[in-house]
Amino acid sequence: MHFLLLFSRQGRLRLQKWFTPTPEREKKKIIRDMTAMVLARKPKTCNFLHWMDLKVVYKRYASLFFCLAIDDQENELLALEILHRYVELLDKYFGNVCELDIIFNFEKAYFILDEFLIGGEVQETSKQTVARCIERLSSLRNSCRRLRL
Amino acid sequence: MSPSVRLQEMIRVIRSARTQGEERGVIQRECAAIRAQFRQADNGGRSHNLAKLLYVHMLGYPAHFGQMECVRLIASPRYNEKRVGYLGAMMLLDENQDASLLITNSIKNDLAHSSQYVQSLALCTLACMGSAEMCRDLAPEIDRLLRASSSYIKKKATLCAVHIVRKVPELGELFTPAARALLAEKNHGVLHGAVILITELCERNAQTLVQFREAVPELVHIMRGLVTSGYSPEHTVAGISDPFLQVRILRLLRILGRNNDTASDAMNDLLAQVATNTDSSKTAGSAVLYETVLTVMDIKSESGLRVLAVNILGRFLLNNDRNIRYISMTSLQKIVSTDHNAVQRHRGTIVDCLKDQDASVKRRALELSLALVSAINIRSMMKELLLFLSTCPPELKSHAASGIFNAAERYSPSQRWHIDTILHVLITAGADVRDETVPNLIQLITNASQLHCYTVHKLYRALVADISQQPLVQVACWCIGEYGDSLLQGDCEETEPIQVTEDDILDALETVLQSHMSSPATRGFALTATMKLSTRITENVDRIRSIVSIYGSCMDVELQQRAVEYNALFKKYDHMRAAVLEKMPVMDRSSMGQTNGESGGGGVQELEPTKPKQPEMMVAPQPASQVGGGEGGGGHGF
Repeated sequence: MHFLLLFSRQGRLRLQKWFTPTPEREKKKIIRDMTAMVLARKPKTCNFLHWMDLKVVYKRYASLFFCLAIDDQENELLALEILHRYVELLDKYFGNVCELDIIFNFEKAYFILDEFLIGGEVQETSKQTVARCIERLSSLRNSCRRLRL
Repeated sequence: MSPSVRLQEMIRVIRSARTQGEERGVIQRECAAIRAQFRQADNGGRSHNLAKLLYVHMLGYPAHFGQMECVRLIASPRYNEKRVGYLGAMMLLDENQDASLLITNSIKNDLAHSSQYVQSLALCTLACMGSAEMCRDLAPEIDRLLRASSSYIKKKATLCAVHIVRKVPELGELFTPAARALLAEKNHGVLHGAVILITELCERNAQTLVQFREAVPELVHIMRGLVTSGYSPEHTVAGISDPFLQVRILRLLRILGRNNDTASDAMNDLLAQVATNTDSSKTAGSAVLYETVLTVMDIKSESGLRVLAVNILGRFLLNNDRNIRYISMTSLQKIVSTDHNAVQRHRGTIVDCLKDQDASVKRRALELSLALVSAINIRSMMKELLLFLSTCPPELKSHAASGIFNAAERYSPSQRWHIDTILHVLITAGADVRDETVPNLIQLITNASQLHCYTVHKLYRALVADISQQPLVQVACWCIGEYGDSLLQGDCEETEPIQVTEDDILDALETVLQSHMSSPATRGFALTATMKLSTRITENVDRIRSIVSIYGSCMDVELQQRAVEYNALFKKYDHMRAAVLEKMPVMDRSSMGQTNGESGGGGVQELEPTKPKQPEMMVAPQPASQVGGGEGGGGHGF
């Protein structure tokens, strides 16, 4: 995977994860291109796009677009499953997750992502295990905060 | 007020800004405050300040001054501060920043930390943004973690090793023994990571690849276990047991089985089993089947298995989910040249996809349909393709038109069919055809001498109906000029009889000449055609004379030059006019692109070589000059 982007219907970026080193200016350009391309898609088209030499898999969940760029070798259908799994994890943690949750708790969205993907690959295939980890980390964080650790 | 609320408060304030300017103002103030806080000593709110900065960074504002704070927070003993520090490092520091090296030592220490959560932070960050230098430094640590730690850490260490191998391929040798041992793991997370690591190692090192071929039976065994296992709450997705792991194993098998008969044989049965037993009603199952098909087509599989794979793709074409239809077609496109017959069996479904709503699916269906045209199915395929051409989206018209022409040229069952097809395309999508279509079509028509009458009738009718499609108008004008006498006879076996008078023809040509829709090239065609008719018709030669002389003062230089030359033909060289304007000889293809009469001197006996002027040669646009290429001696710069 090359990058994962979350953005709203108005094109506001809510999360960005880059799995390959990319210069800052390049990142901005990619974000602009991606949002323009994905937002221009008509509703009843398939979830795959071609951009440069990458395949882009995107899916809309409520008011957010989840957008994943993968290599030519990678499996697009599995990429859709990966996006779906991430949404399920967010939903489990926040309880009926919505865009505002991700806006106001963006660091938590990243922490959840980092328990699911590492270095552009899936690290844990069991949803329960990831969810349990996240809970444990959340309580660890809270207890550290209380104890000022 | 707890610091975290301050972060959310800041977010709220930024969001409530009504204009871009207001937002910028708020953010500048906040950034100034954050900078000031960074300069202060430890005040307990450091992680929240950095978090605020990261939010601002996501909105697109510069945040480089936070880099050193990341470094400091990572070195902090407090878990929450470390956590935000590492997050900041992943967002603000990449290998191109100098500051990234400064965290190497912290990562090294944290990799050996007593808390696995701290270790996990370090591993995650290293795998995300570790530079080649950092990777070299820390590779032994990672190797240690691969061998002796909890599953939680092992799975992260494995993916960290994957990153290291991608950055510094030589280090692959270091991880190979550990990777081999990891295949025995029961934990799916670790196993998944191990399969990815082995895939990377095999892709980069041929010897490692040979070594891991021995692991094929083990992989087959694991895969079989997954396919036959029942429901597991931990791993089942839509009835499929751990699709993520299955797909990765299939991909590894693909690499191991490529170009190797033994390995391919060993996995043959398994692939057949996966292909038959996997339920593809949901995306997860389809993903596994898709990967299976890719693997089957890439290794040295039995023909029966290949047919099974192509049939799966054929089934995918009928799936309600358009994603699955789309990837089915991309896969079929990849194999249409190697497994042509197998794909042909699904031609009907593919052709149906030409009518799909989705533009991407349509495009794929067009590519595939064109690849599947053959001498046997040309008539039925062409019907579908022509139907598609009339309804397809504009961005596909040009591609469809040229595809149709190519197919028609290769497989047309008869000349009349060929001409009809090309005419149909010109009428439906005339604006989108390529330039060389016109001379190609003219050449084709000239060669079908028994069809001249039929062709000119059809073209005349089309011209009268619509003069906006330039290629069509050009060809029509040329034909009317050449075969106008057949048109006047009114009688043609193959079409309905139609009464055409000389005035009608000249009216049509004049309309083209005067219309603002006609391009200069088209006007050229029309003028030349008018001139040629002076020898084909009997009564209205004066009308032609007057048309030609009018254009002698035309603003368009090209047209003017022609008109002046034709005028000269009427006035001074009237005795030669008939010979000059005679019907064209049949050209053969090879003489088409050649210049200055090297070619086809053969068929040109009708023209005397001492002609002072040959209007068709001189100023005609490309098609006529190509046409004249067969008339030797013509192009010698008169």
